[in-house]
Amino acid sequence: MSLIDFFIRHQREILQATLQHIWLVGISMLLAVAIGVPLGIIASRHPWLSKPILGGANIAETIPSLALFGFLLPVPWLGGRADRLVITALTLYALLPIIRNTTAGIGGVDAAVREAARGMGMTENQILFQVELPLSVPTILAGVRVATVLTIGIATIAAAVGAGGLGEFIFRGLAMVNDQLILAGAIPAAALALLADFMLSLLERRLRPARS
Amino acid sequence: MIYSGAPAAPRVFDSVLRGLLASPDAVTYRPRMKAEPDRETARESIIEFRNVGYRLPNGQPLLEGLNLAVGRGETLVLLGRSGAGKTTALKLINRLLNPSGGEILVEGKSTCSWDAIALRRHIGYVIQEIGLFPHFTIEQNVSLVPRLERWPVDRTSARVNELLNLMRLDPAKFSKRYPHELSGGQRQRVGIARALAVDPPILLMDEPFGALDPLTRGELHKEFRQLQRRLEKTIVIVTHDVGESLLLSTRIALLDAGKLTGVFSVKEFLAAREPVAAAYVANFRMYEEAERTNEPD
Ligand SMILES: Nc1ncnc2c1ncn2[C@@H]1O[C@H](COP(=O)(O)OP(=O)(O)OP(=O)(O)O)[C@@H](O)[C@H]1O
Ligand SMILES: [Mg+2]
Repeated sequence: MSLIDFFIRHQREILQATLQHIWLVGISMLLAVAIGVPLGIIASRHPWLSKPILGGANIAETIPSLALFGFLLPVPWLGGRADRLVITALTLYALLPIIRNTTAGIGGVDAAVREAARGMGMTENQILFQVELPLSVPTILAGVRVATVLTIGIATIAAAVGAGGLGEFIFRGLAMVNDQLILAGAIPAAALALLADFMLSLLERRLRPARS
Repeated sequence: MIYSGAPAAPRVFDSVLRGLLASPDAVTYRPRMKAEPDRETARESIIEFRNVGYRLPNGQPLLEGLNLAVGRGETLVLLGRSGAGKTTALKLINRLLNPSGGEILVEGKSTCSWDAIALRRHIGYVIQEIGLFPHFTIEQNVSLVPRLERWPVDRTSARVNELLNLMRLDPAKFSKRYPHELSGGQRQRVGIARALAVDPPILLMDEPFGALDPLTRGELHKEFRQLQRRLEKTIVIVTHDVGESLLLSTRIALLDAGKLTGVFSVKEFLAAREPVAAAYVANFRMYEEAERTNEPD
């Protein structure tokens, strides 16, 4: 009862923090897709590059998030602005699932289909854009989905470097030993993750091409 | 290689087949007239293998010392056991594979000096696994190469309708469907239509009629022979079916374990002493025999 009261009383702040959270995650995901899909394509085209690319993304994934913020702090253009710093870190975290699913999607295209495409005289680019990528869309989207849920969670730590978002409430609540404050950050963050997961799964099903 | 026999008058095949089906001692069939002087060798060869070898990256040879010429308007059947290297030989022609030795000439030019894309658009290819694009409708599958070649839309759709009708697939019923909504035999016919789309002068067909029921297959064979007569296409077709070979081919090339055992006209094939060819013929006749011996008296 009192929790609901708390939410109603602070709805403006919670809404603002949620929007800030969505903004941080949204920009990071756009960047991660813009970087991760091409990297995934490169990795699938040149097997010798796939180890370093996936390895690099793997390493970024294993660095604890607070430590990653710390590492990025001295970087000139990033260190000065909390949001830049956080978006960079979130993008790095989102890369691995996207790269991995892009290569998996392209690699999963039936060899006979690829062979037919080559045999019909399609160029490498035509094969990529007209055959391989359309057939990989559901797999790539699944990667985006995993990455989105992951970054929504990690973005709560953004408050530690002053970038705002729902983490604000969590950190303040921890400092003041106030459960209601913690929940004011945790519940919207969890709801956001569930909602994003659900909407992306709808999109994924929608774009799944006909398969035999 | 043996390179003789009557030139491609379809009537000759008919009479050969009729003779074959009629006489029980056809095993000993010999061409009565002496084969005409090599008129065919004078014919321009459209595809020519010159001492071609193909090895896997690990060095294992799949094809060795292949010499073979296919003349304009000819239909050459590649016959051979599973794993003999038939598909490999086809892929060397449209440069899906590059030879490890020798060269392949297409229209007098080595495949290596052709632009690979231009070469492949010049050659229709029906792949063994069919390989339709699962995210394209039947119409989009068949119209792929015309679209790549930027044909006008109305010409493309007219062509798609023409081809689907030719393949006995009602366009109204099938053009908007996806490949997974078709039966195996229907898919195979779409694969043939796709290869014919821009009317390429050369056709490579890897077991194109394998998944068809005998009646549809018979209809398409008839259609195919009319096509052969009408258009001077140069065709290399892989099949396991001796009857199909006799019906459609101007010559039969026999591959065995990566080597060419011989090239035969239909007549020569039926009379061949070469053991693998003879085995094929004997096997073929076994089924004909069954027709007689299983008849209840
Ligand atoms: N990429 C490859 N790696 C390893 N072996 C291969 C490869 N491609 C083909 N082979 C082998 O080469 C041989 C010839 O293959 P090919 O596909 O040309 O046979 P085929 O005559 O078409 O047989 P089928 O009638 O079964 O289609 C086979 O033994 C096959 O296993
Ligand atoms: Mg084969």
